[in-house]
Amino acid sequence: MTSSTTGGAGALLTATALRKTYGTTSALDGADFSINPGEIVAVMGPSGSGKSTLLHCLAGIVTPDEGTVHYRGHELSAMSDAERSALRRGDFGFVFQFGQLVPELTCVENVALPLRLTGVDRKTAEAKAVEWLARLEVDTVRGKRPGQVSGGQGQRVAIARALVATPRVLFADEPTGALDSLNGERVMELLTEAARETRAAVVLVTHESRVAAYSDREVVVRDGKARDLAGMAGAA
Amino acid sequence: MIKVWIRDLLMGVRFAVTGGRPGWTRTLLTGTGVGLGVAVLLLAASVPSAIHAGDVRDVARQYEYVEDAPATDTSVVVTHVFTEYRGKTVGGMLLQPDGDPDRTVTPPGIDRVPTKGEIYVSPKLKRMLDDGDGKLLAERFENAKVVGTIGPEGLSGPADMRFYLGTDTLTAWKDATRTERFGHNTADNDPLPPSMLVLVVVMVVVLLLPIAVFIATAVRFGSEGRDRRLAALRLVGADSAMTHRMAAGEAVTGATLGLLLGGLFFAVGRVLVEKFEVFGYSVYSVDVVPAGWLAALVLLLVPASAVMVTLLAMRKVAISPLGVAREGTDRGRRLWWRLVVLLLGALSLGFFGPSMRGDSTVNEWGIAGGVLLTLVGVTLLLPWAVERVVGRMRGGPLSWQLATRRLQLNSGLAARAVSGVTVAVAGAVALQMLYSSVELRDRSETGQDPGRATMAASHYDVEAPEALDWFERIRKVEGVTEVNGFLVADLVHERAKPDEDGWRAPHQVRIADCDTLRLLIKTDGCRDGDVFLTSDYEEEEYRPEPKPGARFDLHASEYAEDEQLEPLWWTLPKNIRPATTTESPTGELSGGLYVTTGAIDVKELRSVWLEAMLRTDPADRDTVEHIRNLAPVTDRGFQAYELVSTTNSDEFNGIRNALFIGAVVILLLIGASMIVSTIEQLRERKRQLSVLVAFGTKRSTLGMSVLWQTAIPVVLGLVIATGGGIGLGVLLLRMVDESATDWFAFLPLVGAGLLMIALVTVASLPSLWRMMRPDGLRTE
Amino acid sequence: MSISHTLLGLLEAGPRHGYDLKRAFDQRFGQDRPLHYGQVYSTMSRLLKNGLVEVDGIEAGDGPERKRYAITDAGITDVGNWLGTPEKPEPYLQSTLYTKVVLALLTGRDAAELLDTQRAEHLRMMRELTRRKTGGDLADQLICDHALFHLEADLRWLELAAARLDKLAREVGA
Repeated sequence: MTSSTTGGAGALLTATALRKTYGTTSALDGADFSINPGEIVAVMGPSGSGKSTLLHCLAGIVTPDEGTVHYRGHELSAMSDAERSALRRGDFGFVFQFGQLVPELTCVENVALPLRLTGVDRKTAEAKAVEWLARLEVDTVRGKRPGQVSGGQGQRVAIARALVATPRVLFADEPTGALDSLNGERVMELLTEAARETRAAVVLVTHESRVAAYSDREVVVRDGKARDLAGMAGAA
Repeated sequence: MIKVWIRDLLMGVRFAVTGGRPGWTRTLLTGTGVGLGVAVLLLAASVPSAIHAGDVRDVARQYEYVEDAPATDTSVVVTHVFTEYRGKTVGGMLLQPDGDPDRTVTPPGIDRVPTKGEIYVSPKLKRMLDDGDGKLLAERFENAKVVGTIGPEGLSGPADMRFYLGTDTLTAWKDATRTERFGHNTADNDPLPPSMLVLVVVMVVVLLLPIAVFIATAVRFGSEGRDRRLAALRLVGADSAMTHRMAAGEAVTGATLGLLLGGLFFAVGRVLVEKFEVFGYSVYSVDVVPAGWLAALVLLLVPASAVMVTLLAMRKVAISPLGVAREGTDRGRRLWWRLVVLLLGALSLGFFGPSMRGDSTVNEWGIAGGVLLTLVGVTLLLPWAVERVVGRMRGGPLSWQLATRRLQLNSGLAARAVSGVTVAVAGAVALQMLYSSVELRDRSETGQDPGRATMAASHYDVEAPEALDWFERIRKVEGVTEVNGFLVADLVHERAKPDEDGWRAPHQVRIADCDTLRLLIKTDGCRDGDVFLTSDYEEEEYRPEPKPGARFDLHASEYAEDEQLEPLWWTLPKNIRPATTTESPTGELSGGLYVTTGAIDVKELRSVWLEAMLRTDPADRDTVEHIRNLAPVTDRGFQAYELVSTTNSDEFNGIRNALFIGAVVILLLIGASMIVSTIEQLRERKRQLSVLVAFGTKRSTLGMSVLWQTAIPVVLGLVIATGGGIGLGVLLLRMVDESATDWFAFLPLVGAGLLMIALVTVASLPSLWRMMRPDGLRTE
Repeated sequence: MSISHTLLGLLEAGPRHGYDLKRAFDQRFGQDRPLHYGQVYSTMSRLLKNGLVEVDGIEAGDGPERKRYAITDAGITDVGNWLGTPEKPEPYLQSTLYTKVVLALLTGRDAAELLDTQRAEHLRMMRELTRRKTGGDLADQLICDHALFHLEADLRWLELAAARLDKLAREVGA
């Protein structure tokens, strides 16, 4: 395997030999993964290949049956729920296909949420949230509830929320899956731009190559194994 | 740390009050549900204080009794009087000041003792006298001038019909008491008889338990939405402690709103309470004050249990950042521990039951606990039964299939909504059975026979010549068609031996014409001049047997110290004819001498007791009042009443109706919550519904599926409730040594339950039609 | 598409006569345009000259000369290099890629690896185009998008082929 370029000492998040079974179906079967600070890695693969499970394991949402996930030298499965939650609050951000916003809260409140959970007072948190909404070109919807905005706007709000606490890793699972291609491209541009500015690493799960093209490197998940494509290209 | 807690709780509060119309509806519904529960609990907590306040005032208006107290300037001669007016008891006192009326002591509520021709009345009585309803009553007061109303401090409640009538005919220490003080504690309250106590205990449990269940259900309104929201928060990094705190904050908000609304409902109920009257008791609003510790308990326990219920419910749900997973759905519910609860309840009823047969003490706590456990056990059976029954359902028409599959997905939700119905109906069925039996027993005890006489009037202290006038006067009253009157005289046998006090036991002799005697005894014919001795005459030690030729003193008086008249002897004829007593139309059965009017000189008798059995025109409903008005209220010996074969069981009917209304109100509350959850479910399935419509599913099919979805759990709940209720009823009846008479007590309640199904379905149909519009296919 | 590499690859499975080579080629890859025998002959002579194949034996007979060719070690290395090198991403690649995949399967090489390598190359190209697009004007964007959509179609084909490798291996083996 040609993965010597990644997973070195400088890696931010490393997974080794992950195995995860749901009932009788095996989702991960010895998958390895690694990402460096500020790197954008696309995780590709056909549906049911286990790419979402890989993301969930990396983020500590799902505990693998076997194998380890290390984040900055700490093993996730050894952490308590509270510690992992704290990690999600401070170090990780999430963008999913849809439905991650809290329907009761307005968009600006949704974005301010991670800050408020870490103890920032409301005013400061919401000011920062407005800033981020502006950055993602959706400050016009700040007072609306998620049910009242379009899909593209909702995803931008979700990205703002994922990045507002300046996480070290942004987990994005099919962030453009529910959008048309034009909207999807814009969302990807904004996402990668913002991630690069904040130096956040991005784990980008997608089955679309045009979305994956926004990454620095691709990993293909097939039959529960992850395969790093880095270093394979470049001959031509 | 505390700051973090407060932040999380406040976040929960925020979720409870925002979220657009569905969010608000949910919170409001929770609040209303909890509020109604709280109001009922607060009212229940006020019962002791209300009863106590009434008792205190009742004691305060009793006069102090000091034997042979002499007259002073402030003393008053007083006696209780009662009369009945249109089925209600009107009670009061006759007052006769010894000195200056302005200086005389007064009972509470009036500032001056009325003199002859003056009367103080309670506001309720005043209204009656003022608007003409009380015209006949005013006559009975000899049209005394109303000089004022009695203040609340002298009344047991707003509906108290009470008066203080001035008079000058009382004689202290003969027919009245002299007192210088009111407010003397005279009597203790009689303890309730055991069967009544059981009834009351069961009623309290039966009414409060559905309230508790309802509060628990109300707190969980919209919990699915909440769980999804909390999952979204977990994703942003809330740990599970935070989510629990937020859920707690949310629950507390609903509960607090509930407390506020409950306070409001309570305040309204408190004002309305003056309009109600139960068993002739009524309560002043100001007396409806929840007992401090009970109110504190409600204030603490309701939010606390809201949080508890929420957290317990959350234990069964794994809220992960990726979503909500419900546990225990594959495991299947277990039966045994539900049966254990039921069995424990039945056992404790059996255990605490028999002990009260011997002595009349009742272990209220034991019984309450038993009833509680039994009802809870019955209710616990429901989720199990729903799961079992629904899980086995296969096939059937499409609407049925849609409904059963839906129920199979989450049978717990359906069972939860219906558990209140089960508790309420089971309890009500048991109570109805208990009531019916007690009621029937009381009914069989009247013994009166309205077929032979419709009314009776009596006077226990009349001079004999006057007595005959009384019969005449009664005969003349409008509506009276026939009067059968007899006199009861106490005659002393010549050879009766005086006891240590010089008192000689009299013979009771009933004197009437032959027509009247036939109502009282059975003989081989009767002619004027006959004397009869009944077969059940009982001999007594001091009283010689009435043999032919024996002499009786017509002038002997009951009061030994009264002026003694010369004896006037009446001799029993040679031929005393045998007779057997029959039950009189008034239900009396008295053995002894029966004498026709021709056999004795009635005019020579002294004090007698007269009784008249009347036939009246049933159309004239005021006849009884006219008869009562033959004597003023000051003439305490006279009374008239209507004869009924069964007790005119207004009270029982009242309780039965109250119980039924209570159960229906609870059913309505539960129905409302079911409507809300049905609509909520429909909204969630909007897209699927549109798809079904898109490929041609008929409206009626979907409508029927909503009907089934409501009907299946409710019908199961009703079946279990009926079975459980009858079982509990039988246990309770066994406890009070009665047997079940009303096996069909459940029918009206089951009817109400079925009506509720229809109501819920009909109420959800408009939203169903709306959801079924094809634009539902659009994703938002 | 490189016919010489394809023929070499076919030889790797075992020595064949020229005519056999043509038949094998036509059967697997020649649906649209069958190979002329002359093409086989000239290709073989060039390969012989370059030392990538050798003559394994000659059968005398009635028909044309029947030389049996076998692949040399150098030939095997050459096939390996060819298969291992991703094609420059461009439209209408599938015939070459298909040939490569089948040959990889025939010669027992890792076809998945081959596909992944190609995929990585495609993605690298797409990444480049995406970068150019984000910085460029509307004309750039439109041009890049055109290329991106084509590359995406290829990539989808690559994914599909990867997903069906097992099935293809069974058919090729049969």
